[in-house]
Amino acid sequence: MATFAIRRALWLLVVLFAISVLVFLIFFATPGVDPARQMAGRNPSPETIKNIKHEFGLDRPLPVRYGLLMKHMFISRDLISYGSHTRVIPEVLSATPVTLSLVFGAAVIWVVFSILTGVAAAVFRGTVIDPILMILALIGISVPVFWLGEVVNLVTQSRLHNFFLFSWVPPLGYTPLTQDPLMWFEQLIFPWLTLSVLYIGFYARVLRANLIETENEDYIRTARAKGLSERRVLLRHTLRTSMITFVSLFGLDFGILVGGGALLTEVVFGLPGVGLLTYNSLTALDLPVIMTTVIYGAFFITLANALVDLLYAWLDPRVRPA
Amino acid sequence: MAVFEPEAEGIVLDAEETGGDIAGRSPWALAGRRLVRNKLALAALALFVLIVAISFAAPLYSKHVANTDPFESNISGTVTIDGKTEPVLQQGGGKLGLGETPIGPTWHSHYLLGADNQGRDVAARVLYGGRASLEIGLGSALLASFLAVVFGLVAGFFGGLTDTGISRLMDLIWAFPVYLLAISLATVLLTAPNGLNLGIFNVSASSLWIPLVIIGVIYVPYVFRPIRGQVLSLREREFVEAAIAQGASNFRLIFREILPNVASTVIVLLPLIIATTILTESALSYLSIGVQPPKASWGTIIEDGQALLYTRPTVAIAPGVMIVLTVLALNVLGDGLRDALDPRSKVRMK
Amino acid sequence: MAEPLLEVKDLKVSFRTEDGLVRAVDGISFTVDEGEVVGIVGESGSGKSVTMMSVMRLITDPNVLYQGEIIYKGRNLMGLSRDAMREVRGEEIAMIFQDPMTSLNPVYNVGWQIEEQLNEHNDLTKGQARRRAIELLAQVGIPRPEQRIDDYPHQFSGGMRQRVMIALALSCNPDLLIADEPTTALDVTIQAQILELIKNLKRDFGSAVALITHDLGVVADIADRILVMYAGRIVEEGDKEQIFYDPQHPYTWGLLGSIARLDRPRTRRLTAIAGQPPSLINRPRGCSFRPRCPQAFDRCSVEDPALTSKVGDGHLDACHLSVDDKRARRDATINPELAESA
Repeated sequence: MATFAIRRALWLLVVLFAISVLVFLIFFATPGVDPARQMAGRNPSPETIKNIKHEFGLDRPLPVRYGLLMKHMFISRDLISYGSHTRVIPEVLSATPVTLSLVFGAAVIWVVFSILTGVAAAVFRGTVIDPILMILALIGISVPVFWLGEVVNLVTQSRLHNFFLFSWVPPLGYTPLTQDPLMWFEQLIFPWLTLSVLYIGFYARVLRANLIETENEDYIRTARAKGLSERRVLLRHTLRTSMITFVSLFGLDFGILVGGGALLTEVVFGLPGVGLLTYNSLTALDLPVIMTTVIYGAFFITLANALVDLLYAWLDPRVRPA
Repeated sequence: MAVFEPEAEGIVLDAEETGGDIAGRSPWALAGRRLVRNKLALAALALFVLIVAISFAAPLYSKHVANTDPFESNISGTVTIDGKTEPVLQQGGGKLGLGETPIGPTWHSHYLLGADNQGRDVAARVLYGGRASLEIGLGSALLASFLAVVFGLVAGFFGGLTDTGISRLMDLIWAFPVYLLAISLATVLLTAPNGLNLGIFNVSASSLWIPLVIIGVIYVPYVFRPIRGQVLSLREREFVEAAIAQGASNFRLIFREILPNVASTVIVLLPLIIATTILTESALSYLSIGVQPPKASWGTIIEDGQALLYTRPTVAIAPGVMIVLTVLALNVLGDGLRDALDPRSKVRMK
Repeated sequence: MAEPLLEVKDLKVSFRTEDGLVRAVDGISFTVDEGEVVGIVGESGSGKSVTMMSVMRLITDPNVLYQGEIIYKGRNLMGLSRDAMREVRGEEIAMIFQDPMTSLNPVYNVGWQIEEQLNEHNDLTKGQARRRAIELLAQVGIPRPEQRIDDYPHQFSGGMRQRVMIALALSCNPDLLIADEPTTALDVTIQAQILELIKNLKRDFGSAVALITHDLGVVADIADRILVMYAGRIVEEGDKEQIFYDPQHPYTWGLLGSIARLDRPRTRRLTAIAGQPPSLINRPRGCSFRPRCPQAFDRCSVEDPALTSKVGDGHLDACHLSVDDKRARRDATINPELAESA
């Protein structure tokens, strides 16, 4: 098992390296595009452009440029945002707890509800409950999350704000948990629900399909032949094996979200997380920030991939190295 | 546990000895029959076709019905309804009662859904937006599928280093967070001031090709994985061994034996891929890095409507509803196709 | 004569499908006595598996329809509540299946799976359950059971896995063991071992066995009585000697003729039974074997032969031919050197 973990860790580093190279190439080497002009932001002076050219070694060969960029990003860590003129890395680090709050909360909600929905739909197959749940799930995955957020805002902040159900909803924003837990919760509850909708729909469908497929397996027939109760067969046998897929998909999605994939939700609800940071840097063409957040995101995803592989081996003994 | 129903008894054939063979039907015919019986999937298909039709009829609508050019600002225009003439952008409105508010839905042929903050007809824009979103959605889905099939066939069939190389490349692209990859590429390509200069030709920044290609490329790994998996397992199947024993060339094997089987996988996946690409395009456009002005797509209109969200919500809501309907229809259709080609559900009969 | 352990009375099992009503089992009756080994032989689609799955009430298809009775130790299993049936399963009647590779849950170790069965029907401490599980593994011939008990199914070979399944099935001392093609997925040499194991365990545990197979050779050694099924019905029934030395139904002759035998000189090619089994949706009129029967005559297309005793002494068959006619034609069909009947 140890060699397995080490091999995955090495692969992680390889992938990060490859991604950083890819990011670098995209921003600095796409044909037809002049990076210096871009990095200088809008309406730059010739001075600024010259400075950038020098700092990033744009007149030097590609590998040198790459090296300089990496140095600025990781070693001297003094990559400066062209927008806020502050250091990028601390900026990203302060945005992280916001994203983590959003993603953890949403994940708890979506895991619980998707398991309930998926199991209910599978157990009640043949009755009217199953199609109703599945249609709801379908609608869930068909709604663009940013639009849903807008609609939620419309209802809670404006149209029904005076209605008792929503009058407590505070204006959009984020308050750290340590500062005011109640406010933290109130500001996050609707973003949590909005973000979960898509995932509840998706995971409920995946789980239901898996449960139905597993039902046909021979070992489930054996379990019944043993005289086990239907509930035990469902929970200890059918669900247990179906969860393998569920958990691996969950790990990947979780990694993506933590890495900044929740940016649409953050934008719509005004939460200053990593995703919003990425978005703002986009519209401001703040290249140092963009590049940093992209690499940050890639790191988390690759990490999640590696963790999921380990988790998969723990859940499915057949996959373990002998 | 039910009791046997006697009325079903006594089915007797005439004297001939047919054991009553079930006439052989090809899997495609069986699938077609099952699909046609699935009313919901057919309804979804009809809905999708309808949306495509009205979107592509956008020029007709804006010319004959709404009588506007949805791409031109109409800030000082007026609209006449039932004899009453009103300015399109009205004074007052907004939180402080200052500023200008566009007119709301008139439910008439002019400005059916109201105006946006440039005085443009929202309904007409939504139809044009649909055209752009659908073109990109369909185009990128086809591009991704085509590339995935090519790569999948090559990797799965030839195996070895080729497979490892291609698979690792796909893993890499997939490891790149989908949005971030799209964002990076889009940022770079769209901020080039005079459009993209690729040597011989110049692609304008507002061309639909840029988001189309970006989205098409980032979803290749998503489609590649199941196809490669299927090619790998097909390669081991007996009918391939039999064909090899007959002396078939690689070429023939790929095209005559494996490709048709892969085709059904792609067909089942296609509606789902299109649903995903449409959602991705709308998100990118919402973030201003998808479709660029002067063109419009459902995503860009939602973004336009954000500023007007609390005063004239129709602008933001209408395109969203269109997206939901389109994607929902595609998902239902995708489910229907999958059930038709691979029925596993033991549904209660008759 | 003691009451039979299991008595199936005119069982009919049908399935509603897209194409019509499939009559998988079309009215069969038989008994299994305590300690007896009954072989149920037939090709795919003959209804043999569906019959025994119905005894266990393991069919989960919502489109199934039953008629008839299945009496076990005096109770009609068809009328039991779900909970009561669960108590029967595993404890009184146990079943082992064809493919041991897929019949064991891959994510739990072998010991856990056996202990789960033990705990379901008994009140044991953890230590007792584990000891019993190790004992069972030893009884089925798994070497080093105290170590292998923590291994996962994929770590066993096919034959070993089937032994584990047998251990699992016998763990609660059932009075009836149903073995559904237990050796079909295994190599021939392992087949013999498993059959030997079943024979010995039957003796040690005292259980009756219902052995389902498509291969008459498998039941030759171990069965006391044999039922031959075709198209959802029993076409011949008798004890081992009767079936092997005085078979009455042309289908049985076909099955016997297609067995490769080492003890007789090889005269010509093995006889295959021409044709295909009939559709279970639209039964042809008359005898359902007629389309494939070389001995068929005009009565066969008109009248469905009943399963009756023509030879006597518990030997039943469903064929219109007279006993003498059968004996005359049989030798030509199976083997010219077939020994004279008893």
